[in-house]
Amino acid sequence: MYTAKIKVTLRKTILDPQGKTVEHSLISLGYKNIKNTRIGKYIQFDIDTNSEKEATVITEEACKKLLSNPVMEDFEFEIFKNGETL
Amino acid sequence: MSKAKVGIVVFPGSNCDHDAYYAFKDILKVDTKFLWHKEGNIEDRNIIILPGGFSYGDYLRCGAISAHSNIMQDIIRFANKGGIVIGICNGFQVLCETKLLPGILLRNNNLKFICKTVSLKVENNKSIFTGYYNIKEDIEIPIAHGEGNYFCDENTLTELIGNNQVLFRYNDNPNGSISDIAGIQNLGRNVLGMMPHPERASDNILGNTDGIKLLKCVAESVM
Repeated sequence: MYTAKIKVTLRKTILDPQGKTVEHSLISLGYKNIKNTRIGKYIQFDIDTNSEKEATVITEEACKKLLSNPVMEDFEFEIFKNGETL
Repeated sequence: MSKAKVGIVVFPGSNCDHDAYYAFKDILKVDTKFLWHKEGNIEDRNIIILPGGFSYGDYLRCGAISAHSNIMQDIIRFANKGGIVIGICNGFQVLCETKLLPGILLRNNNLKFICKTVSLKVENNKSIFTGYYNIKEDIEIPIAHGEGNYFCDENTLTELIGNNQVLFRYNDNPNGSISDIAGIQNLGRNVLGMMPHPERASDNILGNTDGIKLLKCVAESVM
């Protein structure tokens, strides 16, 4: 069993109004040197296989087909042997 | 009598399906039926409506999960053969996720859900959707969305404009859409996506019938 941990983020060229709003709030809390706040998604699932390669291929496909939209998002992921990091 | 056979796709979370049904069936007197998303095909329908709403609760991204539902595979085949498909609001988001239309709908730039009637300009009236409007006519159509901020890359935008695919623009851009875009058609000119709701401006009792011309034009385009 492998675990995929996926981050989906808005592409750098796309404005992130939610990130901007959160950043205003952080600054108003006194963290005046925080900048470039971006908000993304974290997705995790297990893959029932003994092959790390298969787990990687499946995760990559899932990211491209459904979990991210390349018009506005980038993705990155890591694969862990189940339990190693949980 | 129009030969149109309208199919209105119902996803879990669709909530403008009955409005669209009422506009076609009761106002335009067109043969209309609902199509449940789990059905694998669109039967004998020759106009497909993807209605507004919050299909699958807008989980992941608006329209992303609907885009992979059973019926959408048949709708993609239908559209690629020239079949008429209209996506309104959430339906527009679904069409972008299926890539039947280019681009994507981002969160409104002011982060607010906007529900109001807006003024649109008809940018192209030589389409099966807008033929009953005058070019540059101003029409009033309601919007109701949180993710209606149309975005695409510069090359795509140049193509959309160059190929006369932009059918509607906002006169006073409410959501940050690139180039004020409110509605576009595909290159084949048989697929329309728009954030405003023409079906909500289709009955005299609502005080605004600017939207009915669009639905009528499409229905009468089927010979």
